[in-house]
Amino acid sequence: MTDLYEQVFERPKALKSVATHFCPGCHHGTIHRLCAEAMDVLDIQQRTIGVASVGCSVFLYGYFDIDVVEAPHGRAPAVATGVKRVRKDDIVFTYQGDGDLAAIGTAEIIHAANRGEAITVIFVNNTTYGMTGGQMAPTTLPQQRTSTSPAGRDVANDGYPIRMAELLAGLEGVAYSTRVAVDSPKHIIAAGKAIRHAFDCQVKTGGFSFVEVLSTCPTNWGMDALKANARVEKEMIPYFPLGVYKDASRAEEGE
Amino acid sequence: MKRLFVKGNEAVAMGAIEAGCRYYFGYPITPQSDIPEYIAREIPKVGGVFIQAESEIASINMLLGASASGARAMTSSSSPGISLKQEGISYMAGSELPGLIVNICRSGPGLGGIDASQADYFQSVKGGGHGGYRVIVLAPDSVQEMYDLTMLAFDLSDRYRVPALLLADAVIGQVKEALEPHPYVAPADLLPKEWAVAGKQGRDDQRIVKSLYLGDGELEAHNWRLHAKYDELKKNEVRFEGYRTEDADFVVTAFGSAARIAKSAVMMAREAGLKVGLLRPITLFPFPEQALRELADRGIPMLCVELNTGQMVDDVRLAVKCRVDVAFYGRAPGAGSLPTPEEIFKQIQNNMTVKL
Repeated sequence: MTDLYEQVFERPKALKSVATHFCPGCHHGTIHRLCAEAMDVLDIQQRTIGVASVGCSVFLYGYFDIDVVEAPHGRAPAVATGVKRVRKDDIVFTYQGDGDLAAIGTAEIIHAANRGEAITVIFVNNTTYGMTGGQMAPTTLPQQRTSTSPAGRDVANDGYPIRMAELLAGLEGVAYSTRVAVDSPKHIIAAGKAIRHAFDCQVKTGGFSFVEVLSTCPTNWGMDALKANARVEKEMIPYFPLGVYKDASRAEEGE
Repeated sequence: MKRLFVKGNEAVAMGAIEAGCRYYFGYPITPQSDIPEYIAREIPKVGGVFIQAESEIASINMLLGASASGARAMTSSSSPGISLKQEGISYMAGSELPGLIVNICRSGPGLGGIDASQADYFQSVKGGGHGGYRVIVLAPDSVQEMYDLTMLAFDLSDRYRVPALLLADAVIGQVKEALEPHPYVAPADLLPKEWAVAGKQGRDDQRIVKSLYLGDGELEAHNWRLHAKYDELKKNEVRFEGYRTEDADFVVTAFGSAARIAKSAVMMAREAGLKVGLLRPITLFPFPEQALRELADRGIPMLCVELNTGQMVDDVRLAVKCRVDVAFYGRAPGAGSLPTPEEIFKQIQNNMTVKL
């Protein structure tokens, strides 16, 4: 580096220098980066253990330069419980999609949260099963067409999209529950702060922290990246409002 | 250490804690609940962790996580709960994770009943879950063996990085008899778990515990490597008890609680002047094929006694390559009674008369 130039942007240390396998316009890469930035800022990369889930997000270990355990579909919060109970001083997080967390893994997420396990959960909600080819997810919006709701999600038959951030906020064991989006620079900055705060909750108070990230799946939505981003704003945020649903750490600070 | 009068289930819990197990994850189910109850009371005293999980599925996955972190850890359940754990056991097998799973088997299928049964033999020794793998299966026949084999299960599981299953039933789990506890001595050849996740802590390499292999040829190579470990187990770790088989003209094969009853029948036969022996597999996987083959080489017919409608008998017949007759006598799950030594003795007499 010379005096003339200053490097203002670089790859977070916690991310490996590899090419992405995610589809064009997919938000996983952005969310991975925000998690890695949080690890860098909090200086926890060397003591962070990731728990990968099943779906597009399984390749966590291909991107993050950290130790990783791969969990069965939906079971990441239970696996993370086992890891954290053994490695009490390490930082443990799960990274799960909507089918994984809000359908097959509902019992595991609710009870890990309810026990107040000292883990961080990054929940990527893109309203569809990405890896299996765009089937209806527990978060698929009413009337949304997917390969298993070809006429659009019929709430009379299929029930309603689940709002996980709100649901978990109602549990005593939860320290922090929030919903963010990464469809615009403004939202990405806010999401970065939320993810950092979620990891910081674990570092400082050892509580259960949950960040739901509204995200795109342009391939399975049949949209280009820009249209997919617009859909987050127009269709997802009205049903899944952004905001902090619980923050016990702030409440304590306020007292 | 002082001689104690305890239940088989308690002996499992005591053996586990003595062997350094500090993490237990479980869910209540009869007839194994004495295990979590004992551990919930005792493990905090040695700084250990007991979690009553929301389900059997969660508890096996907590075990997966603890084991991936390098800890000695266990879960226990009974048949329907063990079915729920099979997904996690398959992932543990695929991820080459050690760990102890205890099945105090009850009768099935479905909700079945709570009486003693050996109907989970196939599920135990043929893998149990999806994907074609094996777990180490140990079958104690006494309270003492519940203690001893729990320790052995941890050692074998750690050495081979293959999950271990302790298979017993309500007879062995609930019976109270003398136990001589002894201090656990770790085998000198157990390697440190340098594969366990721990946070990189300055390491260059990244530790990944996983069962997904999508690269060209990776999964095939992984499966052959797992298979090679099962062959090593077959070569090195077979354990069985041969009781008066040296001069026998006829041999009864049975494991666990059925073997105890069968042993009484063998003693009755000996008193009646019949040269009968007992071969009791202690490891159900690896199975004592060689010992059975040697008996077949001597032309000895056999009777397999089980608390089911005939499962291990298939493996006995495979081992002897059908060169000798292998009869079967059993109790279907839910029979509500155990075979008596007299009944088994009668079976011995009938089969000896017919076959000899």
